[in-house]
Amino acid sequence: MPKFPNPRTTIAATLSLVLLTGGCAYLSGGGGSAGADPDSPECEPYAQWQDIGGSVSIYASIRDEEAERLRRSWQKFIDCTGIDIQYEGSGEFEAQVQVKVDGGNAPDIAFFPQPGLLERFAASGDLVAAPESVQQLAEEGWSQDWLDYATIDGTLYATPLGANFKSFVWYSPTFFADNGYEVPQTWDELIELSDTIADDGVKPWCAGLESGDATGWPATDWIENVILRENGPEVYDQWVNHEIPFNDAKIAAAFDRADEILRNPDYVNGGFGNVQSIAITSFQEAGLPILDGECGMYLMGSFYAAQWPEGTEVSETGDVYAFNLPPINPEQGTPVMGGGEFVGAFSDRPEVVAVREYLATAEYANNRAAEGAWFSAHQGLDLEILEVPTDRLGAEILRDPDTVFRFDGSDLMPAEVGAGTFWRGMVNWINGEDTDATLDYIENSWSS
Amino acid sequence: MSTTQSSAAEEEGGRASSPVAPASGGPGVRVASPAASGSPGSRESAAARVRKRLSTTTASLVAIVIAALWTLPTAGLFISSFRPEQEIKTTGWWTMFTDPQLTLDNYREVLFSANQGQLASYFVNSFVITVPSTVFVVVLAALAAYALAWVNFPGRDWVFLGVFALQIVPLQMSLVPLLRFFSQGVTIGDVQVLPAWDLPGAFAFTNVWVAHTIFGLPLGIFLLHNFISQLPHSLFEAARVDGAGHGVLFRRVVLPLIVPALVSLAIFQFLWVWNDLLVALIFAGGDVSTAPLTVRLAELAGTRGNEWQRLTAGAFVSMVVPLIVFFALQRYFVRGLLAGSVKG
Repeated sequence: MPKFPNPRTTIAATLSLVLLTGGCAYLSGGGGSAGADPDSPECEPYAQWQDIGGSVSIYASIRDEEAERLRRSWQKFIDCTGIDIQYEGSGEFEAQVQVKVDGGNAPDIAFFPQPGLLERFAASGDLVAAPESVQQLAEEGWSQDWLDYATIDGTLYATPLGANFKSFVWYSPTFFADNGYEVPQTWDELIELSDTIADDGVKPWCAGLESGDATGWPATDWIENVILRENGPEVYDQWVNHEIPFNDAKIAAAFDRADEILRNPDYVNGGFGNVQSIAITSFQEAGLPILDGECGMYLMGSFYAAQWPEGTEVSETGDVYAFNLPPINPEQGTPVMGGGEFVGAFSDRPEVVAVREYLATAEYANNRAAEGAWFSAHQGLDLEILEVPTDRLGAEILRDPDTVFRFDGSDLMPAEVGAGTFWRGMVNWINGEDTDATLDYIENSWSS
Repeated sequence: MSTTQSSAAEEEGGRASSPVAPASGGPGVRVASPAASGSPGSRESAAARVRKRLSTTTASLVAIVIAALWTLPTAGLFISSFRPEQEIKTTGWWTMFTDPQLTLDNYREVLFSANQGQLASYFVNSFVITVPSTVFVVVLAALAAYALAWVNFPGRDWVFLGVFALQIVPLQMSLVPLLRFFSQGVTIGDVQVLPAWDLPGAFAFTNVWVAHTIFGLPLGIFLLHNFISQLPHSLFEAARVDGAGHGVLFRRVVLPLIVPALVSLAIFQFLWVWNDLLVALIFAGGDVSTAPLTVRLAELAGTRGNEWQRLTAGAFVSMVVPLIVFFALQRYFVRGLLAGSVKG
């Protein structure tokens, strides 16, 4: 038994003091950007925001390397205008932003990945509507399809930021060329191609639903894409807004069509095993067998470009590339599905407005695009800057004035459905649950 | 982490389950051990029986199997953390034994890489958050427990009951009110009673310290109260006869006797604060100046989880400190686990 540990308390006290002072010293050492000469020519685009100053906090779900790219993308803005931007990214964004707002600690600006969340904060009166200047920039920059998702009761609350394209089918151009396959232009050709690949002894499709807490979402993209292409945007909107029931015959037809591929033992699951293996394969890994010629095609968003191992050539003639999922119903054309973030603000201080304005400009889109692995549907985005060819393809399709764009439906539905029963239902469905039972299960969980 | 804890605790628990309270060996105290006040006979034999049963070969074998099963995932993670990214993502950790490829890349990346891991900086934040939070709780809880146990004041039992009841309130319920208290202060009607805590720079840590202290105190007070209240009456009477006031009593009589309980509370609190993510997320924010290791670890895999191989190394970096703390203070931990739980 030791004596009363005087030495130990001393150590503990000293240690905490040392650490504390050390910590403070370390903290004060950071920050303090050099600042650029506001009159220099490179600061010219920022002249209109130069006399404001202040600091703006931004909160979003974008983190790690992508967060660093964001920080670099507005560094010049900070240097030239003196407006500081404090960025914070968290994987718990959806839950935390509510806590922060309730706790009176709302960030100045938040990037909402779901329009539904944006709508909730607009309805509660916490969000600040877009001022005239921002509205004007938004109208110049984005198509009405995009702005509609940020407009609540006729008021524009936010501007789109990044975009992703969720109708991509990833494939290997070299694998296709070696075997004489061609990129299909219609759904029938797609099925034909799948059969051909299957006859050649390769599973034509791979898929994976595992994604931690969000397991199941990759399958919702399948259903959404099929509904959109088969029935067109009007029915899609009705479905998302629950104006037609989830177990409607049209939705069941879409499930059956997806069934042809996803639950066809001849088609899946390239590189992993049988149909059931889809549920336990992570979406990050699911597409990789394409590189080994063990899987023909993989439906996954444009962001999958970051998953390919280093050294993979992403290009029209390279190791991997992507095509837009072909149309099903010729009358409906090829509407595309995607996602993105929206810039909403909880404060209307002049510096906050300045940052909102800046984030809505083509100038910003180009700065961010220059940092890589990003694109947006902004009309002014210079496609030449985009490094990844699939990003260029995605951006090109998204900003085409003739493109009909719809936001990922599961992000628009109430969270208990879109981020709950829809996901779980899809997992059960892949595991062999009956289509009707799955549809009824999801419909019954939708309260209104 | 939990692996080592539970298995080690189990083991030690077997040995230490005799009801002789740890405090009895206090430095040079001339009192009968608190155990004397219980009914040693029947307890002793019951404990002895349990002890005997726990030390048979079969029981040991079962314990070893459980320990191995329990440790296996952690061991796999540990091995994975030394494998190259490509290997981690394509094969299981056991392939390591047939095709050994070792690298420290994961550790280098999470610890020092300029804009990716930077765990080294967050490591400091974790210390700055954890050490004061632990010290505050231990000091305040010891004082409060002493007062509740040995200072006579009206309503004492009600206060203790209140503290006891507060343990039941889940801390999630108090997050928003507490955050509001920090960010807006307190207003009754239109009168600002307390101003908002507008803490610049490094002082932003104060919020987290206060939050952790608040959340840690009920259990701390409860634990120490049970321990302190069992100290023999005669001790206090003797000290009072010698002219000791409450201050002297606490410092010279109580503190030396409750060291094991204090240390075990400190370990509990340290581990809880070190591993905490929720409180840190809300009160510390997520940027490099105030966020602890856990917050950084949670986002280490990237927005779409494509860098998850970093988590292997990241997990072990964050585990090192709790392991050191645990092993260094292990013997107190086991004694302290029994603090207040075994009467007499």
